[in-house]
Amino acid sequence: MSARPLWEEVAMAQSAAITPFPVTKNTGPATVDRPTIEHETRPEEDVDLPWQVVVHNDPVNLMTYVTMVFQRVFGYPREKAERHMLEVHQKGRSVLWSGMRERAELYVQQLHGYLLLATLEKTG
Amino acid sequence: MEICRRKDEIDISELDPFLAELLRQIPPSANPEGVPAAEQRLFSPPVNDKEAKICAEWKLYVEPELRRLFQTATETVAGDLEQLNGSEKSFANRTLRIPSKHADAWLSTLNQARLVIAAKYNFTDRELGDHFRSPIGSRRDLSLFQVNFYGFLQEFILRESDGSQKAPED
Repeated sequence: MSARPLWEEVAMAQSAAITPFPVTKNTGPATVDRPTIEHETRPEEDVDLPWQVVVHNDPVNLMTYVTMVFQRVFGYPREKAERHMLEVHQKGRSVLWSGMRERAELYVQQLHGYLLLATLEKTG
Repeated sequence: MEICRRKDEIDISELDPFLAELLRQIPPSANPEGVPAAEQRLFSPPVNDKEAKICAEWKLYVEPELRRLFQTATETVAGDLEQLNGSEKSFANRTLRIPSKHADAWLSTLNQARLVIAAKYNFTDRELGDHFRSPIGSRRDLSLFQVNFYGFLQEFILRESDGSQKAPED
């Protein structure tokens, strides 16, 4: 038996009855993660920039030999090959070809196979 | 010494012992081992220093291929030069026959030798352009003569073979 007076029993019962169901206000989460924005991060060398095949002057290689190599590697006619050879000889360098990196690398490899001083350079 | 082109070969005849020895010195002269400047010249980087990744890949994949290419050419030339083995007294009557199909190997090996010697002695442009330097008074003079002699052989091979076309392999 309860020792509480009736009025108190009633008050407690009412209190329990009217205790609101705890409903949280829909205010959304306290914090929201920022969406991850993935930037394209391709290495610079993969970008389709043209690459140049450059041949540098070398006092040992014979002029006739250099002309022959240009004809063989690039398939240039003799006159064009000679023009490039003379540019190398007189200006110290000549751009023989420009385009995609893979092909440029292949040309440089071939030129090194003929012992010419050749490099790969990015255009611009 | 006489040099001429026959049907499918280049003949070098009437060799004196000195020139015969220079010819025999082609393969060893083409070896850059022990000469860092020559190594650097024969296996120069394909790009400037900023492109470290390309340089590293080149060293790993391309350089071994180039070494094999140069080595194969040198071995072909060494094989042809075996004709000069034996008594030096009989050089005058001996003919070195270079098959036309070996022309590329000879061009490559002569070029290797010229580049290695030039790097070893650090010849200047002026020295390399002086084709009438004489007499030979030092090892350096002899090496310069060697570079020019090998250059003369290269010129002859280039002139006598259709240089713009790659010679068929063995």
